[in-house]
Amino acid sequence: MTRSVVETLQARLPGSVRGSAEFRGDLTVVVRREDIARAGEILKTDPDLAFDMVIDVLGVDMYRPEERFEVVYNLYSLKNREYVRLKVLVDERDLTVPTVTGVWAGSNWHERETYDMFGIVFTGHPDLRRMFMPDEFEYFPLRKDFPTMGIPDSLPLPRR
Amino acid sequence: MPVRTAEDSKKSRILSALEDQDTTVILDDPLENEMILNMGPQHPATHGVLRLLVRLDGETVMAVVPELGYLHRGYEKIAEASTYHEFIPHTDRLDYLSPIANNVAYCLAVEKLAGIEVPERANYIRVLVCEMSRIASHLVAAGSMAMDVGALTVLLWTFREREKILDIYDVLCGARFTTSYARIGGLQQDWDDRCTAMLERFLGEFRGDLAEVEKLLGTNRIFVDRCENVGILTRGDAIAMGITGPILRAAGVPRDLRRDKPYLVYDRLDFNVVTLDEGDALARFYVRIGEMKESASILRQALDALPAGPYRADEPKKVVPRKDRIYTRMEELIQDFMLVNMGIDPPVGEIYQGVESSKGELGFYIVSDGTGHPWRMKIRSPSTNNLSALPLMLKGCMISDIVAVIGSVDPVMGEADK
Repeated sequence: MTRSVVETLQARLPGSVRGSAEFRGDLTVVVRREDIARAGEILKTDPDLAFDMVIDVLGVDMYRPEERFEVVYNLYSLKNREYVRLKVLVDERDLTVPTVTGVWAGSNWHERETYDMFGIVFTGHPDLRRMFMPDEFEYFPLRKDFPTMGIPDSLPLPRR
Repeated sequence: MPVRTAEDSKKSRILSALEDQDTTVILDDPLENEMILNMGPQHPATHGVLRLLVRLDGETVMAVVPELGYLHRGYEKIAEASTYHEFIPHTDRLDYLSPIANNVAYCLAVEKLAGIEVPERANYIRVLVCEMSRIASHLVAAGSMAMDVGALTVLLWTFREREKILDIYDVLCGARFTTSYARIGGLQQDWDDRCTAMLERFLGEFRGDLAEVEKLLGTNRIFVDRCENVGILTRGDAIAMGITGPILRAAGVPRDLRRDKPYLVYDRLDFNVVTLDEGDALARFYVRIGEMKESASILRQALDALPAGPYRADEPKKVVPRKDRIYTRMEELIQDFMLVNMGIDPPVGEIYQGVESSKGELGFYIVSDGTGHPWRMKIRSPSTNNLSALPLMLKGCMISDIVAVIGSVDPVMGEADK
């Protein structure tokens, strides 16, 4: 399983795989950021792998100087009953990732949520609005530099 | 810091939204005008604080935009600031119709991360409580869906059954709703004979009571007419949208993590994955009814096979010791102190653990930096995903079908909004 995902990606999209790791039986494959949509398409349409469901798309703020954010795609194959995680690294200076809504329609709301929480912009997304937070909210709450208690006056309150 | 000018306050956003032409209905010819209807967040049929913006042509739904976030409490942020143990009570408040299943799912994820072996007896008890919560949750789903389309009696009957399960919770862990029953590495308390007796009595009556519900609704022409061929989600759409749980199985996809990715002791239990091919609201109702029967059979098997032994792992650095020992022994007191203050010490890494909850795949993705707090925890909640297919299901329906379809999706907003 580990080898076939990585090998398929390397064979059909050379240079797209930046690394892979396995921990507690979970496979994570780090993919080049600009290749994520094509890599997803390959994994979805490959008849042996057939990762036809997107279970989750999420962001992680690693809070490091280079490539601060990670976007993780948790995929599932109904045929093989297997999970795989794709991961792209996003730098703070260019917070864009190509959308995968064209590959899996179900990633629409997950990408919206990632945008809402981390401010990562998914280019080509059909409806990139805030998911949970109000539209006028200006911060991205799951970033590590956003305090857990919140920021006073970040939402307009009724005036006296 | 945003500066609010006088111009802003004069013309608020709400006012400008009201002036938007979509909300202004100009009746040149009433039959040719589309209109926007706002449904919720305070609406009895939306099962919480779901808000739908519906574009109508006459009584036909042209498009739907669900708006979430009215119950967003930022649990993923809270998790980053609490130890792994501290987060267990918060999982009760995710899917508040099956709190125990959430406790178990969360603890399974942390155990996978920290590499904790859970004793056999604890696993069986976890299966028991998970299946009880599945029945309780499906009873609410079936009853409230019937109520949404006008059959109030069924709600009272299913809630009566659910009450018996809540009574078992009460004896088992002292709470009916906010159970916090699972612990990392085991359970809060042992399953005792009183619970066995109560569960035996429940199982003895449940088949007959469920048959009554089925008889009342299955032959009820109003109920069938309002649910049949309503809110159809095709197999292809369901897979593409990442839908899980009864909705996916009602569309003909036999995906059930209990069978496909066995956790706990489900691989030793014999049960069927209930599927139907129609993909409409009625099929979802019947899938839930079928799953309740399967759950009752699992409960019977697990109860018969319940082994003796400890109900919590004996790993002092990771699992909280028993309360009576904390108060009487020095070592356990120190362990408890360390666990409460520092938390467990998982390795650096990231894991995902998904379980089949009553609504679908409930998963926890945890990134650990090796400290007692998760660096990042993502809750993969089935209700969010299932709601994302609502626009597909409702397109072309009549306005009165909206409540039937929402009832058949069975969203829990505590989970959808996190």
